[in-house]
Amino acid sequence: MAIDEVGLQSGRTRAAVAGARAATESVFAAPSRRNRLANGAFHVLMLAGLGVGLLSLVAIVGWAIGDGGSRLTWGLFTENPSVVAPDEGGYRPAILGSLYLIAGVLLLIVPIGVGAAIYLEEYADKTRWWNRFIELNIQNLAGVPSIVFGILGLAFIVRGPLSLNFVVAAGSMTLALLVLPTVILASREAIRAVPSSLRDGSLALGATPWQTIRRQTLRVAIPGITTGVILAVTRAIGEAAPLLLVGAATFVQRDPEMFEGRYTALPVQIYRYAQEPQSEFRDLAAAGVIVMVGLLLAVNAFAIWLRNHFEQKV
Amino acid sequence: MSVDGIAVTTAGAGMRRPLAAARPRYGDKLIKGFFAACAAISVGVTTAIVVSLLIPAIGFFQDVSIVEFFTETQWSPGFSNGKFGVVPLVVGTLMIMFFALIVAIPLGLLTAIYLSEYAPRSVRKVVKPTLEVLGGVPTVAIGLWALWFLRPRAEEVFPFFDWGTQFSTAVAGVAVGVLILPIVASVADDSMRSVPSGLREGAYALGGRKLNVSARVVFPGALSGIIAAIVLGASRAVGETMVVLIAAGRGTPNLSFDPTEGIQTMTSYIAGRATGDIAQGTPVYDSIFAVGTLLFVMTLAMNMLAIRLVRRFREVYE
Repeated sequence: MAIDEVGLQSGRTRAAVAGARAATESVFAAPSRRNRLANGAFHVLMLAGLGVGLLSLVAIVGWAIGDGGSRLTWGLFTENPSVVAPDEGGYRPAILGSLYLIAGVLLLIVPIGVGAAIYLEEYADKTRWWNRFIELNIQNLAGVPSIVFGILGLAFIVRGPLSLNFVVAAGSMTLALLVLPTVILASREAIRAVPSSLRDGSLALGATPWQTIRRQTLRVAIPGITTGVILAVTRAIGEAAPLLLVGAATFVQRDPEMFEGRYTALPVQIYRYAQEPQSEFRDLAAAGVIVMVGLLLAVNAFAIWLRNHFEQKV
Repeated sequence: MSVDGIAVTTAGAGMRRPLAAARPRYGDKLIKGFFAACAAISVGVTTAIVVSLLIPAIGFFQDVSIVEFFTETQWSPGFSNGKFGVVPLVVGTLMIMFFALIVAIPLGLLTAIYLSEYAPRSVRKVVKPTLEVLGGVPTVAIGLWALWFLRPRAEEVFPFFDWGTQFSTAVAGVAVGVLILPIVASVADDSMRSVPSGLREGAYALGGRKLNVSARVVFPGALSGIIAAIVLGASRAVGETMVVLIAAGRGTPNLSFDPTEGIQTMTSYIAGRATGDIAQGTPVYDSIFAVGTLLFVMTLAMNMLAIRLVRRFREVYE
């Protein structure tokens, strides 16, 4: 703008600008051959790096479909597992077990996770050391290996203080503790993104803090919170290591119950099949992977639908 | 209408309500207490983890000396005069981490630079969620893929190695690398994107070309975030169980350093041992918790480091 105006005013200034530009361009001459080559090589390198990552995803899905596609029958969902007849074995107790586990996980993480997020975002005084400690603690918990949560479940929930024994409820609690940091962190993000003018307006009209949270903040934050919860659920569906420690390791041939009897879960059953030497079990395990990934995609699709649904309403 | 209006005004004037609540709101206090309790649960969980690890671990160290645990180079807890030297398990874990990082650092950082500096918005919009999907693939699936897909391919590509059993440390490590790739890429991408654009523009104004600006301005500017990404990825690799359990088997922990052989790590020892039927209170049972404590301390240290780095990074630019 400024230069244009000046340029219009006097031809001398315009000449000076052109001269300066020419001088600058002569200093930064056209990129040398070497420079161009380096740029091009780097571009190729980056695309290759990205490509390897994306290709491995394709390879995983392709491998599962290639090996397990032929076993993808209705019986896979309805049949009990079998170690003697791989052609007839299925995933029925494992799928049901996973669904039970997820139901328990949801029941625990939604109130606790959202509650903790509300406290940290809406009530907590950040200058107090204990609130900062809670925050740091949650960040650290998010990085604790899942197998350590399995040890916690074994020592505290299956045995020890709670002594629930090897039941679905124990598995649910263990998985819930594992994914709780995910829910809290995502819910906090969602609550933080709510414009404070909404809160201030509500409080100014005489609403109590709780009324404000319930009627304003949460309403707006729900899509984000839902995404966080779904993210946590998908993680819980695929998690096998902690379940190995809290009892889902055995060969189960009956439908699960929440508080009684042994159970198994989809990833654990897949792992179990994979340990059998015959190649038919390989296909069965690969088919299980397809089912598990399919379940994950379904949950994700549900999340997207739910988010759109809420976003339209608000 | 007007009558109503008058009625309301007089009522309002007559009441003279103070702004503070007439009586304490116990309900609000109760609700706040509930939320605070929810937040406190996380502290309870950490405490419970520490307690459930430490009590059996202390029992373990009464049977096996700490010196033996850290210096003995044999791990054979199953035998009658079992040796409890954790070194082979730690070496196994570090080998997996090494191979994982060899894959994840170059691929992750290249992806991050591309996404933050080069990619058009449309590409970014597709690639980022796809990488998230890769990060969400269950570890069991990645483990089986490594065992049944990667391992035969590895044998085809490197036929001159002596591939023994179907298990292999290198293949398991590479698969873990694929697993942590999205984390490394995503954290590094975030940190590069939060480098102020003024720095980039300044570099361009001085005649820098895209490659130079990315490599000499943005990359160093985001360095602490990039290191945090690598540390976070390494911590995930150390804690990864299923991929290692499946693709590296539970090979004998014998310090062989041979990447074509299977290996046992801290995590796969815990997972494999805890599923077997062993009596509570024996040193073998307690060894699970001793190894678990070491694993917990290692990953905690790495996570603390990563959190610090990210925080320092934020302080510089925000």
